[in-house]
Amino acid sequence: MHTAAVLLTVTTTEPPATDLGFLLHKNPERAQSFDLPVGRAHVFYPQASAQRCTAALLLEVDPIELVRGKRFGGTEAFSLAQYVNDRPYAASSLLAVALARVFGTAMSGRCEARPDLAQRAIPLAIHIPALPSRGGVNLAERVFAPLGWGVQANPVPMDPTIPAWGDSPYLDVRLTGVLRLADALTHLYVLLPVLDSAKHYWVGHDEVDKLLRTAGGWLPDHPERDLITRRYLAHDRELVLSAVGRLAEVDDIAPDTMEDVAVPADPPARQVSLAVARQMSLAAQRRAAVLAELRSAGAATVLDLGCGEGALIRDLLTDTAFTTIVGADVSDRALRTAARRLNLDRLPDRQRQRVNLIQASVTYRDERLAGFDAAVLMEVIEHVDPPRLAALATVLFGHAAPRTVVVTTPNAEHNVRFAELVSGSFRHRDHRFEWTREQFRSWADGIARAHGYDVRFLAIGPDDPEVGAPTQAVVFSRKEQAEAGQR
Amino acid sequence: MSGVLALPELSLVVLVGASGSGKSTFAARHFGRYETVSSDVCRGLVSNDEMDQAATEAAFEVLHVIAGKRLAAGHLTVVDATNVQADSRKQLVSLAREHDVLPVAIVFDVPEQICLERNAARPDRDFGAHVVRRQRDQLRRSMRGLAKEGFRRVHILRGIEEIADATITRERLFNDLRHEVGPFDVIGDVHGCLGELEMLLEKLGYAIGRDSSDRAVDAVHPQGRRAVFVGDLVDRGPDSPGVLRLVMGMAGAGHAFAVPGNHENKLIRSLQGRDVRVSHGLAETLAQLAAEGDAFRQEVRVFCEGLISHLVLDGGRLVVAHAGLKEAYHGRASGRVRSFAMYGDTTGETDEYGLPVRYPWAREYRGAATVLYGHTPVPETEWVNNTLCLDTGCVFGGRLSALRYPERELVAVAAARVYYEPARPFPPAGSQPPGTEPEQREAGLLDVQDVLGKRIVQAAHHGRITVREEQAAGALEVMSRFALEPQWLPYLPPTMAPCAASKRPDVLEHPDDAFAAYRADGVEALICQEKHMGSRAVVLLCRDEAAASARFWTSGGSGAVYTRTGRPFFARPLTEQLLDRLRRAVSVAGLWEELDTSWLLLDCELLPWSAKAGDLLRNQYAAVGAAAQSALPAALQALDAVSKRGIDVADLTDRIKRRATNVEAYRAAYRRYCWPTDGLDGIRLAPFQVLAAEQQTFHDRDHEWHLAQADRLVASAPDMITPTARLRVDATDETSAAAAVSWWERLTAAGGEGMVVKPLGNLTRSRRGLAQPGIKVRGREYLRIIYGPDYTEPESLQRLRERNVGHKRSLAQREYALGLESLERLVRGEPLWRVHEPVFAVLALESEPIDPRL
Repeated sequence: MHTAAVLLTVTTTEPPATDLGFLLHKNPERAQSFDLPVGRAHVFYPQASAQRCTAALLLEVDPIELVRGKRFGGTEAFSLAQYVNDRPYAASSLLAVALARVFGTAMSGRCEARPDLAQRAIPLAIHIPALPSRGGVNLAERVFAPLGWGVQANPVPMDPTIPAWGDSPYLDVRLTGVLRLADALTHLYVLLPVLDSAKHYWVGHDEVDKLLRTAGGWLPDHPERDLITRRYLAHDRELVLSAVGRLAEVDDIAPDTMEDVAVPADPPARQVSLAVARQMSLAAQRRAAVLAELRSAGAATVLDLGCGEGALIRDLLTDTAFTTIVGADVSDRALRTAARRLNLDRLPDRQRQRVNLIQASVTYRDERLAGFDAAVLMEVIEHVDPPRLAALATVLFGHAAPRTVVVTTPNAEHNVRFAELVSGSFRHRDHRFEWTREQFRSWADGIARAHGYDVRFLAIGPDDPEVGAPTQAVVFSRKEQAEAGQR
Repeated sequence: MSGVLALPELSLVVLVGASGSGKSTFAARHFGRYETVSSDVCRGLVSNDEMDQAATEAAFEVLHVIAGKRLAAGHLTVVDATNVQADSRKQLVSLAREHDVLPVAIVFDVPEQICLERNAARPDRDFGAHVVRRQRDQLRRSMRGLAKEGFRRVHILRGIEEIADATITRERLFNDLRHEVGPFDVIGDVHGCLGELEMLLEKLGYAIGRDSSDRAVDAVHPQGRRAVFVGDLVDRGPDSPGVLRLVMGMAGAGHAFAVPGNHENKLIRSLQGRDVRVSHGLAETLAQLAAEGDAFRQEVRVFCEGLISHLVLDGGRLVVAHAGLKEAYHGRASGRVRSFAMYGDTTGETDEYGLPVRYPWAREYRGAATVLYGHTPVPETEWVNNTLCLDTGCVFGGRLSALRYPERELVAVAAARVYYEPARPFPPAGSQPPGTEPEQREAGLLDVQDVLGKRIVQAAHHGRITVREEQAAGALEVMSRFALEPQWLPYLPPTMAPCAASKRPDVLEHPDDAFAAYRADGVEALICQEKHMGSRAVVLLCRDEAAASARFWTSGGSGAVYTRTGRPFFARPLTEQLLDRLRRAVSVAGLWEELDTSWLLLDCELLPWSAKAGDLLRNQYAAVGAAAQSALPAALQALDAVSKRGIDVADLTDRIKRRATNVEAYRAAYRRYCWPTDGLDGIRLAPFQVLAAEQQTFHDRDHEWHLAQADRLVASAPDMITPTARLRVDATDETSAAAAVSWWERLTAAGGEGMVVKPLGNLTRSRRGLAQPGIKVRGREYLRIIYGPDYTEPESLQRLRERNVGHKRSLAQREYALGLESLERLVRGEPLWRVHEPVFAVLALESEPIDPRL
């Protein structure tokens, strides 16, 4: 069943304005309907005078059919958000698809009745009452203005009766400009999905190719070319929820808030901001520092607790001194990504035998974690709820008891040096705490006392005289048996 | 050699004989189909050819694996191979030892000629006579040395008549007292403290029998209870002979069982005249025994020598051993089992007092049997994973303790004085010995093997419930990263299924369908409860922080308030504020005393929904409304203009108008779930069920009782606690059902979410197992949030009626049974890992892909 409607209107004042009907290949004196895979489209003309002519495209969408369709892979494991969603009302990729189907000829610039007009720039006004924009008014201006549009965009309030909720992600957008109609339509066709970005429905590879053909005329020179391309191509979103995502939903939480933190997306190569660049080099420095410590401890068997996607494991594999490498993580998804990134299924036997990935949790004692020369907790403890640190200590230092343990964590004092970081907030949304050097020291000292280890503290990254290095680390070395017996 | 071969019930039986000596025929006649593992069959399994000698090595590898698995599971196993070579037998003897079972040999001594004739009769055995001759030679050379090789029994069958006549009997192991079902009183280390022992027996209700010299020689319980002594009857204390006399008398009369302690073991060796170091109080015992006659000493020696190192009682549910026993050793017999039972699992190190350092086996214990033991004096008894040490250091001035089984009640008497100064300082009762704190915390530590991988949980009310591997993997992550520490989560609530889709034209859910579902299950007395517009919340409330840490192994905090997946609603400070107010309400209502408990577990709804799901309401529900209310008016305006131009768009306009109305209704529906809260201001709690308290669950009490308790809390704190409206229904009475329908209509017309229909009697079994604990019937307007603003359009309703609630119901039933299981384990005082198992399983099952709108 089709519900609700997405709306877009195109107006021209180029006399005789009713020639718009020729350009669009749709008669202004009729209301027409078209059944499309994405819904039912209607074209009609609210105004049609020689001075001013407006064509409206109204798309009725069936949100349930969208979810049920076979191309989405399954019938049950969907997120609740896919049943109650904005697709029927918001101008998204569905509208873009409808636009291409209904006004395909116009978009190609062909018009036998008015060939000159089709090639001429004419005054145009476009109205989209509910345009989802991930990036707000600013983004709408950034993508439309360079193409010659005047942009007037007003955010729609989230709920007028609950002012505290602020603005919704929708804009009531009016574009005005003097352009070829065909160009105007291709702009919309490409940019509607780009602005929407978050909630794309997969439309197929052929659509992508079509996009590139369609936008070939203006995309290469667009200042936001990279963003447009990336967003357009990034829309192959996994629609079937993982087990963790389903559990998020049981608790009325958006699935991605639980899934994303486990597997953060790679920053796109050309969109690396200064902060990210700094972070990346810091990550590399961190790994180098950890490796140096493992080598100097003479560790042959290494446990990487909280290995995530396996960045450290990749480094460990390059040094044959590390004969056994076990990566442990609580996230099954992260482990699968790590296996893929490390090409585990393609490693030669001799290499493959050195590395193993296991799902483990510091909440639970685990025999598989015992018997290693060294264990690494690289940027892990800050993801653990403080009440659970005691269990972590018991599991790692009490039971697994490796000879050497290297722990790294952000130095909270250094945060003031990150201009991009809002004061008082953490570096990552899943961080449960970030410690000052003093706090970190007192935690490590307590563990060392309780479990018979010596500690040595390190600074990783540029060591700021005032606030210290961005990353702090500690190396625990187990006291010898005889010595430990004294306690 | 008689014709009856006695075999221990659990043993590895090794058949020894040349090819053609009749082993397989014998095995087939005397043992079960799967009890015999044959090398020929294993050869066939790995090579398709039973006679393929090239496959022998692989075949024996398989044979050892199969035999090993069977022995580990406690099954008698027969190895059917020639076994004429010492080396192959040696491997089997060590296999038996590895599993602590007794190896037994049955030798088939059959003339060569007969073997040859039999082989010749079988087309597949075309090997030459020399093979059989060689095997016969090897056999002959082997026969004498079999006992020395480690076989505990050797049966030799000579000639085909003896083989044909032989019969097998299976003998119980000495430690197998599974047929003794109790009740028992298990008594800790006595160490010669006769006075305290007599007092304890009397306190337990035994009548002490005395001889002509007024010495205690027996004790009889009027109800036929029997005592079980955990060993260390002697040494250090004032009257070891007196204790022995009493215990020997009780044992002789069938009023007691005993296992040996390390002190008895040393005493035997001393009495046997062997050279032992006289220390740890043995000197006192020997001196005391010197005053007794030779006859008594002889009696003591015989008694102690006859003690079996551990006993398996009550159908396998109870194991008693002096120093405890790990699960793999229960009911097994070997030197190391005996040594573990008497001395415990020592690491080989000694501590600063020169005492052996013991490995804390109990912390890793995961067995189903209760293990009771002594050996290591403790100031307070403490259950660790279903094991309990009963040595409360009587001889060191502590107490002599007993546990009533199966009641699990502790009974103790204090020592009259300190009889012996311990090597390691023994702390007074009630004090916290230094260094034990981390161990206590470890009692609350879980092992990943308790939860990871595919698991089957036994739920008393449902049977076996399977958790798939990927479900467990998802749950492990959520439990570890987002939920509260498992100590705070003794329970997770089950999901709830809606009623079947209504056939009425205008609604998707209607009370009649819930009533009908229960009627079909034969459940007629029902109760309807208002469905609050909040989030399901479980509240664990303890009287104070100390009560929490004593009962739940927690550190810091006096309780928890958590969601369906175990996430905390609030940070700790706000949680404590909420708990404080609730605690006051419970105190005012007098529930602590009435339920005789220091903690309560409550099933509640926490309002408003926006307190938990604010992001969802704003970013999902409100956003849809915003988009719709921006798009639809613009569309209507455009359509209006078109129709004014004389073009007919009436149908379309009509549709869009209806949608605009639907969106209005939709926005009104979610707005009811949002109100501002600040700290606790605006937060309301609606308890509707008392899940558990110390030593009791309440699912056998009807819902009116539960709601009556909730009402008392409402009366005590009306500003925070909200009542739950309810209505009793008789599903077979039309008037009653109709009244409930109009009650529901009133609730939902006023914007209410709907109601939950439950069996009035709470836990109810129907013909098809557990009845659904509740069926929800949601209001027409509320469902717009779930199914979308336009779901009420006839076409849409028609399609939604195809929904299938079967899977959801099955899930609800399994999760309900798991919830009950965790509560029952909790109140029985079972260890954390046992309580956590079904809780984790509920979380894992919740990740099942199921239509989220149900």
